[in-house]
Amino acid sequence: MSVYRIANNQLRTTQILGIKTESRTVKTFTFKDRKCAKAKPGQFLMLWIPGVDEIPLSIMNGDGNDMVEVAVRNVGEATNALHNMKIGEIIGLRGPFGNSFTLRSGNVLLVGGGTGVAPLLFLARKLVNRASRLVFVIGAKTKDELLYISELEKLCSRKRLIAATEDGSYGAKCLATTPLDSLLQKEHFSMVYTCGPEQMMCKVVALAKRYKIDLEASLERLMRCAIGLCGSCVIGRYRVCRDGPVFTKERLGEFEAEFGVSKRNFDGRKVPLG
Amino acid sequence: MKSNRLEVNIAGLKLANPTMLASGILGYSTETLESIVSGGAGAVVTKSVGLKPRMGYANPTVVQAEFGLINAMGLPNPGIDNFVKEIREARNALKVSLIVSVYGYSADEYASVSHKAVVAGADAVELNVSCPHVKETGSEIGQNSRILREIVRKVRTVIGKTVIVKLSPNVTSIVELAEAAAQGGADALTIMNTVKAMAIDVETAMPVLSNKAGGLSGQAVKPIALRCVYDVFERVKLPIIGCGGVASWRDAAEFFLAGASAVQIGTAVATKGPTVFRAVAIGLDNYVRRQGFKGVNDIVGLSHRK
Repeated sequence: MSVYRIANNQLRTTQILGIKTESRTVKTFTFKDRKCAKAKPGQFLMLWIPGVDEIPLSIMNGDGNDMVEVAVRNVGEATNALHNMKIGEIIGLRGPFGNSFTLRSGNVLLVGGGTGVAPLLFLARKLVNRASRLVFVIGAKTKDELLYISELEKLCSRKRLIAATEDGSYGAKCLATTPLDSLLQKEHFSMVYTCGPEQMMCKVVALAKRYKIDLEASLERLMRCAIGLCGSCVIGRYRVCRDGPVFTKERLGEFEAEFGVSKRNFDGRKVPLG
Repeated sequence: MKSNRLEVNIAGLKLANPTMLASGILGYSTETLESIVSGGAGAVVTKSVGLKPRMGYANPTVVQAEFGLINAMGLPNPGIDNFVKEIREARNALKVSLIVSVYGYSADEYASVSHKAVVAGADAVELNVSCPHVKETGSEIGQNSRILREIVRKVRTVIGKTVIVKLSPNVTSIVELAEAAAQGGADALTIMNTVKAMAIDVETAMPVLSNKAGGLSGQAVKPIALRCVYDVFERVKLPIIGCGGVASWRDAAEFFLAGASAVQIGTAVATKGPTVFRAVAIGLDNYVRRQGFKGVNDIVGLSHRK
């Protein structure tokens, strides 16, 4: 069990330095924070929208010095308030929290859906000069919802980028898991990394099992304390904030009754995943 | 551990070692309680549960202070009717005493929730009459001797198992309230809950917690808790469970010397992980042996020697 120095993780405030609209519902926010800039791919931060809420967000980029990027989909009161904020306004930060993806060499495969692409984009930047071959599979309902596609095209130009949309407006007309299956039949990969809707990740896990490939998935749950105390994010015997958010295929197997099935509500009850 | 120097009996609860998980930490599910027990805890206390489900407050619910944490979770819990299933499962799975923390808005509610918890398998209930951040329950009840006595008495009449009362430090005289709990029929006291506190951000000039005020726990409150335990030990002849800033065996030893017969650990689960219980127990065992005592019971209240 790693030991956290919570004494070094006080809330601090910083200005929003950049806001970029990525799709109808997603914006990228940029700000300065020395601690989060040193985060590893897979880690998350807690972002305080003063007077509104504090929410967990995957870190999409940390430049190792002071710049940090996060992707935010407008899904509720807190994210809507954040979307309405302007450059120069103040936000609060805690983190980085949680474990991170293992950096592998060899042939690696990344499978992202929705804003789950954000932490994988961070990971891909670290892997691109390390892996002998990197394939990125990205899926969305429509072309408009394929996030960070130009960044990924640049990053994966020499390698490979496979896109799938449910309506066929970009790439193949199918779910992201369809090209994945045929890819795994043809080639050997040493590791699959995945982040996105849990139902999608479940299918990716099933494929990784079938083809006997290592896998790491990043999970999302309700977060409150973010330091492993309150129990809000518990899945199986693990705390997503502290023992996760990245889980290996083997660990995911320990809580099959919950993964892709249920999460804990604000009152601690298990409810079906929406 | 082969020795039995650490065995304690708190009003009928037999503990292999005197460290317990404090209420509010994890404690929603059997699996997380099991991970605490494998970390060495001698008993566990669940999150506080009430009659009805409760969502708790919006974030931020936790903010870090210089030497501790301030939290205002707002008692999120699934309600006793949903929680009984978890209690049953935990009772079957856990090899240590299971204590269910209970809150309510009236004596009847405390009694009803306690009764359901015990029927489901709780070995004891701990009455939360000390949560500092939810209106009309917790410390609003535990700050009034008359109401506190009435609630403990009511719970006492409906359950046969151990009744522990967790007291608030946010009072003029904790001794008076400890006496009230004893008069009501409490079997043991947990001293203490968090100290009412807040944090303000200077850039936005705003309180950080959504509830504005919360409860301070951790290192910062240990001296306050020690004093409370010491004072109550002088006047009330009930076993005391010390709680507030315990993170090492030395902290635990201080509580025993002040008059505690066991200690609870909460915030240190974040700083040291679930194995903090084992580390505290081993250190305490060594201390007791080194000092030439037969068991940890022999050092309870030792600092009161005149």
